[in-house]
Amino acid sequence: MTDSIDILAKGQGELIGWHDPDEHRAWVRDHKPRGLVDKRMSIREAVESFVQDSDYLAIGGFGHVRVPMALVYEIIRQGRRDLVMAGKTGVHDIDVLIGAGCVSRVDCAYAFGHELRGLSPSGRRAVESGTVRVVSELSNGTYQWRFLAGMMGIPFIPVRGLAGTDTFDKSAAIVIEDPWSGKPVTLMPAAYPDVALIHVHRCDRFGNAQIDGIAIEDVELARAGRRVIVTTEEIIDEEEIRRQPDRTAIPFYVVDAVCEVPFGGHPGQMPYRYFFDEEHIGEWLSLSKTPEGAQEYLGRYVHGVADFAGYLDLVGGMVRMQVLATIEKGGRGKL
Amino acid sequence: MDQQRGSGGDYTLAELLCCVAARMLEDNRAVFVGTGLPMTATMLAQRLHAPNIMMVFEAGGIGPRLPSLPVSVGDSRTFHQALVATTMHDIMSAAQAGYIDYGFLGAAAMDVYGNINTTVIGDWDRPKVRLPGSGGANDLGSFCWRTIYVMRNQSTRTFVNDLDFLTTPGYLRGPGSREQAGLPSGCGPYRVITQLGVYGFDEASKRLELLALHPGVSLNDVQTNSQFEILVKGQVPESEPPTPEERVLLQEIDPTGMVLGK
Repeated sequence: MTDSIDILAKGQGELIGWHDPDEHRAWVRDHKPRGLVDKRMSIREAVESFVQDSDYLAIGGFGHVRVPMALVYEIIRQGRRDLVMAGKTGVHDIDVLIGAGCVSRVDCAYAFGHELRGLSPSGRRAVESGTVRVVSELSNGTYQWRFLAGMMGIPFIPVRGLAGTDTFDKSAAIVIEDPWSGKPVTLMPAAYPDVALIHVHRCDRFGNAQIDGIAIEDVELARAGRRVIVTTEEIIDEEEIRRQPDRTAIPFYVVDAVCEVPFGGHPGQMPYRYFFDEEHIGEWLSLSKTPEGAQEYLGRYVHGVADFAGYLDLVGGMVRMQVLATIEKGGRGKL
Repeated sequence: MDQQRGSGGDYTLAELLCCVAARMLEDNRAVFVGTGLPMTATMLAQRLHAPNIMMVFEAGGIGPRLPSLPVSVGDSRTFHQALVATTMHDIMSAAQAGYIDYGFLGAAAMDVYGNINTTVIGDWDRPKVRLPGSGGANDLGSFCWRTIYVMRNQSTRTFVNDLDFLTTPGYLRGPGSREQAGLPSGCGPYRVITQLGVYGFDEASKRLELLALHPGVSLNDVQTNSQFEILVKGQVPESEPPTPEERVLLQEIDPTGMVLGK
């Protein structure tokens, strides 16, 4: 082993969401609920209570899959500003937040695109005109490991990727010599989002949550977030949680708010429950080609309705939701 | 050059690229699959010579029976009747620990060492075009033993001397430079498939090398559609066009032309 460790390379990106691990421990001790408290509240109340201007926000799910859209629309409705977004395959969510002027900076693994559906006019326009700044780059894998370090309460985590690229140069990571192998190793700083928003299949009133299918990075994100809002397709009884405790993907003691929102992931997909609403996604992608069109969308679907129930009515109500549910349950993606 | 190539073939370019890519994938190997053409190609391989190929998706799906073409690597079809539905941490850890044989990605621009840009066109600070960024590509390019790239538009704008941004590592600056930077040893880009041909990387220099030409494409086409010089060693074979069987299967895999129609 070497006696001293040199920094071999240092990324120049802005360090977003890092805290001294002792400071974070104290914050957890003073703020996180260890008692079984009923945390049910409305979407409006949850956003009012836990999402502030300038917060560093991370949204669960992946792409258009299992994304807490009811919370995203409410953040726009309440006019939050200057948010710093974790761009970790953010698509419709981050795109409408940018279109609404809620976002000023992005820590970017993947944003401004819609995977197979193409590039995002709204996100691109904002970055290319300078109204939204990308302040650091990283990858999807290294982003979720930042949350893993946060969840573990450690200051950083060593990884073997990212190094040697411009993605590294614009990240907040550093490279040191591994004291054991002598090889260069990349250290990813822990990330603690001010608020993590996560949509799940089932949750009890205390915040014990079950996710069907892939958990993506929400296991780590929920435990790293300082404030965690869980929206759920349905509230279930505590006894149901206790019957299968191995199914609890997110435990109550990391959760601050529980909101029951059926179809709360629309227009995205909720695995086993409902399919992507391609028509609605397409409408946003088409309208958002111009700033006026983006405002038209937001005026109609966000500001023009009182809440998510009003939005669901507008996009076709339960008739439309049943169509999407049928497609998802058939396992076939045809609309 | 996009359509109607080869004798007796009215196959499309996308079909050709898919078939050429699918034939590279071996059975009983793990493939980390990206969105789009890599998915259709892997599904084709699975229906032909590689029924036990292990498909891995970054959001957590492993070994699904894909009922239809997923639109996202997080789409629930990526874990439909799968062997495992897990976390990204689990998937990325498997890749980092050496379990994944092939990484399979699309790419927008590449240099002679197989480095890829999917972040910006122009300056990073004030880009002319902002692209999505790495996504999982940097992880795949760092960790998979062999990475395969599909690029539909090889030209002097996409085969470039200097990338505007090096998003995902190929061989970086040449032999030994991946290891020198701290990336796992003994892995890197393996094949590049474009509308003109198939490329590998010269063992000694790690520079791009032509391995096959698609039907109707000349050596001159390949070279004039690249800023950097492409190595050519001896006689270069011609890619086999899609077979009728392959084309029928591709029609089943992507009936609406979501990928193949592009």
